[in-house]
Amino acid sequence: MLIKKPSDIPYSEITPKAVYMNRRKFLAGVAAATGAVTLAARPVSEWLEPQSVLADGTKLGPLAKSPYSTSETLTPIKDVTHYNNYYEFGTDKSDPAKYSTKFVTSPWSVSVDGEVNKPGKYDLEELLKLAPLEERIYRHRCVEAWSIVVPWIGYSFSVLAKMADPKPTAKFVAFQSYYDVKQMPLGQQAGIELPYVEGLRLDEAMNPLTLLTFGMFGETLPNQDGAPVRMVMPWKYGFKSIKSIVRVRFVKDMPPTTWNIANAHEYGFYSNVNPQVDHPRWSQASERRLDGSFFGKRIKTAMFNGYADQVASMYTGMDLRKYY
Amino acid sequence: MDLSRHINVRWLKPPVFLLCLGPIAHLVWMGFHDELGANPVEYITHSTGTWTLVALCVTLSVTPLRRILEQNWLIRFRRMFGLFAFFYGSLHFTTYIWLYSGFDLHAMIDDVYKRPFITAGFTAYVLMIPLALTSTSGMIRRLGGRRWQLLHELIYVSALAGAIHYYWLVKSDERVPLRFAAVVALLLGYRAIFYAFQRREKAAAAKKSARESVLSA
Repeated sequence: MLIKKPSDIPYSEITPKAVYMNRRKFLAGVAAATGAVTLAARPVSEWLEPQSVLADGTKLGPLAKSPYSTSETLTPIKDVTHYNNYYEFGTDKSDPAKYSTKFVTSPWSVSVDGEVNKPGKYDLEELLKLAPLEERIYRHRCVEAWSIVVPWIGYSFSVLAKMADPKPTAKFVAFQSYYDVKQMPLGQQAGIELPYVEGLRLDEAMNPLTLLTFGMFGETLPNQDGAPVRMVMPWKYGFKSIKSIVRVRFVKDMPPTTWNIANAHEYGFYSNVNPQVDHPRWSQASERRLDGSFFGKRIKTAMFNGYADQVASMYTGMDLRKYY
Repeated sequence: MDLSRHINVRWLKPPVFLLCLGPIAHLVWMGFHDELGANPVEYITHSTGTWTLVALCVTLSVTPLRRILEQNWLIRFRRMFGLFAFFYGSLHFTTYIWLYSGFDLHAMIDDVYKRPFITAGFTAYVLMIPLALTSTSGMIRRLGGRRWQLLHELIYVSALAGAIHYYWLVKSDERVPLRFAAVVALLLGYRAIFYAFQRREKAAAAKKSARESVLSA
């Protein structure tokens, strides 16, 4: 049957609103230019200026499918983009969407340094070309006991790591987020120290699931979701999936992580999703899956968020109650 | 100047009642217009909880206000405000047992037993039940003024437990819970000071009358 069912069409092939809206802008621009060129002294080329390649809402593709993707119901994009924990832009769930609109994410570069043979500074455009982009539909589980399903876009972080060529002394990878009081004034009342920092053990960073992420739902990341580049580790609580990365550093010792600094008793370095180890103040045995139904669904939390096959071997013999 | 000389307090009651229904009406409206966000259960829980604390603070502010402003008629709204605190508290509690926990009794018992912030919240709510049940004039008569007054001082514990419940549940941004705690502390502090002054005056008056009776003897 040539006519596709809606579910046969990957999200990446649906023309994003930004693209067809830009076509209208283009046509409007031509009309305006024709009218204005006689009045204004500006060159016509200014009116026909193409939108920056990586502005918010740019389509990303082509996208390879991934065997790591789940077929569970996607969370509606409206919810993924309006229910965020990004305290630099305010601590209410609806704040980041409201207050990150002016966040400048271009130009952007990520520096990679530390215990590596080939340190460097990568522009976003360079990063996007290091490997074919994949669509990975991951479950994303917040420590607050709610979860979403998001079609992320990126490639395994190990690609970048191999380019940097870590030395044998590198045991951990440290990450740092962008922070700037002028663009993120609300961050000062967040109750956590900024800039946001995170870290992984080297094997966790090299695990194929660990995604260097550039987009979601077929487009580049919205500001409130960690534009323009972030990490996603689906087997860990969401706060470990650090947003808006500016620095990657390979280090010898376990690096500091923001939530561990804020409250070591509640937030450990590993923070693997584990229904058997409760948060000191609430149970982690179940979660509310935000699947688009009005109230969502309460479901049992799975060990490692259901990614045990890919990650459990990294933790054999480790007491996960001690190393929470 | 006693304002009740100029306004018929009875006519104020219906509009104030409707005002108190405002929050739940707004919540229902938002529900039907899909404006409760991505996680409506969390939104409803948070909203009903906040309004419970607001209603408790409003109830507790009646007595300080009527004394300081010398508007005794304010007392006639105290029961309404108190019952609205119980109303919003009941909505918050119902959201917890029905929408949040799905009537999972085992999980809820676990929560109350193991999560201090839920223990505090549960205490705050449960203490309001006898107050709601004995809120009628008939009940005041049956219990007698003194016993009724003592029982209803449980609202102080409720308000404190409620403020602690909120403070203990937030992850990092403590500003709003701390503001509520400050208001509750202020409202209870007023009573502590008033009570201390009352005792001093009573002691002084007792001493004075004892001296006079000795002198006149």
